[in-house]
Amino acid sequence: MTHPAAAPAGAASLTVRAHGNTVALCFAGRLDVPAAAALWPATLHAAGDPSRELVLDLSAVQACDTAGATLLLEAERAHGRAARIIGAEARVAAVLALVRPANAAPAGQPAPALRLADRLRAVWRSAGDGLAFLGELMLAFARAPLRLRMLRWADVLRAADEAGVRAVPLVLLLGVLIGLILAFQSLVPMQRFGADIYVANLVALGVVRELGPLLTAMVLAGRSGSAFAAEIGTMKVNQELDALATMGVDAMTMLVLPRLLAATVMMPVLTVLMDFAGLVGMALVLTGFGVPPVVVLHQVAAALVPLDFTGGLFKACVFGLAVAAIGCRAGLATGVGPRAVGQAATSAVVGGIIATIMLDGVLAVLYNRLGW
Amino acid sequence: MSGVAPIIDATGLRQAFGSRVIFSDVSFTVQAGEVFAILGGSGCGKSVLMRQMIGLLPPLAGSVRVLGQDMYAGAADIRTRIGVMFQAGALFGSMTLLENVMLPLELLSDLPYAARVAVARVKLGLVGLADSAGKMPSEISGGMAKRAAIARAMALDPPLLLLDEPSAGLDPITSAGLDRLILELRDELGITVVVVTHELASILAIADRCLMLDASAGGVIAQGDPRLLAAECAHPTVRAFFHREAVAGPSRTRGA
Ligand SMILES: Nc1ncnc2c1ncn2[C@@H]1O[C@H](COP(=O)(O)OP(=O)(O)OP(=O)(O)O)[C@@H](O)[C@H]1O
Ligand SMILES: [Mg+2]
Repeated sequence: MTHPAAAPAGAASLTVRAHGNTVALCFAGRLDVPAAAALWPATLHAAGDPSRELVLDLSAVQACDTAGATLLLEAERAHGRAARIIGAEARVAAVLALVRPANAAPAGQPAPALRLADRLRAVWRSAGDGLAFLGELMLAFARAPLRLRMLRWADVLRAADEAGVRAVPLVLLLGVLIGLILAFQSLVPMQRFGADIYVANLVALGVVRELGPLLTAMVLAGRSGSAFAAEIGTMKVNQELDALATMGVDAMTMLVLPRLLAATVMMPVLTVLMDFAGLVGMALVLTGFGVPPVVVLHQVAAALVPLDFTGGLFKACVFGLAVAAIGCRAGLATGVGPRAVGQAATSAVVGGIIATIMLDGVLAVLYNRLGW
Repeated sequence: MSGVAPIIDATGLRQAFGSRVIFSDVSFTVQAGEVFAILGGSGCGKSVLMRQMIGLLPPLAGSVRVLGQDMYAGAADIRTRIGVMFQAGALFGSMTLLENVMLPLELLSDLPYAARVAVARVKLGLVGLADSAGKMPSEISGGMAKRAAIARAMALDPPLLLLDEPSAGLDPITSAGLDRLILELRDELGITVVVVTHELASILAIADRCLMLDASAGGVIAQGDPRLLAAECAHPTVRAFFHREAVAGPSRTRGA
């Protein structure tokens, strides 16, 4: 019984001959990568019968590279026993001899997928790590006066520039737009009750107490929390953190504190700008609808007490601290490999936003209790 | 393989970055089945020359013909017939070593999945990494990364292999093993190997011919059989290279 396997013209070919209890695979031509690709299924199929002796007839093989040799050796493996190799030219035999030791049975199975228990344990551990990070952070704060040399003010200024000054246009734009939208949306229903001028009270309170700090924190998380994570994460991937450690420099003091300081100082500044821009946006809409600016100003002044303002700014400080701390922590926790930095940046933004909203809730309850 | 046409034919290559000329008028040929070494001090342009040879960096002047085709004129994609190991390894960090080696097979051959796995395992086995096939590049040592990169360069059994400092960072025993592998590949498969290396022992053991570049000369300072160069070349830098001497000069630190 003979049946030649399909092969492109001019390329290698395989003829299978079965005689009694032997099956002979007769190869011809060049056994290279394309040949291996064309002949692979047919070869393994023909060799797969362990009840017959396998003969690999290489007398018509002109040349063989490592892919071709792998094909022959895999045929042997599929067969389960050593094959009788006949007619191999010296060079073909030499390639087979070179490849044979390299084609040993695969050692070690791939790691099993992460089980649920492992994942829960990982979550638990990362919660613990987070707590440890807070502890280290406080220690770093406490020790900072002793380590002033490691706290480089140039870094603080640079972080303040990047997290704060460069965010000003975005914050102003967002503020104006939010003021515009809020005023416009509330103006339509309020007008029906003839209460248009109270739109000023509504927007002023909403922006100064809530939206200003909240939106500014989102901007900070998206712009700077991610940047902190990526900067520190890249340093970790490049072993720069290890280099710092060998110099006896504390990463907390040198890398984390400047960013925390910068974010905590810049957040209230940005929030003031956001509040101001929001009020301007609101005033634009109201004046557009015929409310005189003086009236708007008067309404705003009547609606806001200084505590609204300072309460909002305090929130902003807390949010800034949290967003920066989460960003830096994500950077320090960066894993290995090229995806790790991206993951660190993502978790910095997600963590920053979640923490901001949760803290906002906590502070809302607190302010309520305090009667602010 | 025809013994007449050279595998690589470079003529009058020149490269400069800005006003800084790295080298000019570099000409050489590499014959089929040869192990050709490119030597020279750090920063003299070996990797740049290599990039020109594989079609990644058009030379400012001159031409390179590889496997009979002009690297910068042909539409035919000769690059798939050249295996390249970059100096930094350039393993894909998001794939295991096995997947790294399988990638060229997947993209450029019709091998079925099981065959790709088997072929890739063999390549890793050839460089002694059979047991690390499932590891990620971030989990292996620098020398292992070099070897994995060599395995990937060999994935498609290319007739021409270019290796940029394959043995830098390897211990002498592994590096000798690599030398033997290169010679075996050349002898058994008849492939041509161009290797950038600094290792004297390796050069003398494997290279049939070599080319030495020099930064201050701005080009080739010697060419030929490394054993002959070691024995009789009169150029001071060549002598210093082969006899491990420090060269006195403005750019070197003496007694360091
Ligand atoms: N993209 C580039 N832009 C500017 N200069 C470059 C660029 N690539 C290389 N160079 C310069 O060209 C010179 C040669 O670089 P090359 O990488 O070829 O050195 P090399 O001989 O391989 O050195 P080594 O042995 O250290 O690897 C160096 O001085 C380098 O600064
Ligand atoms: Mg180099």
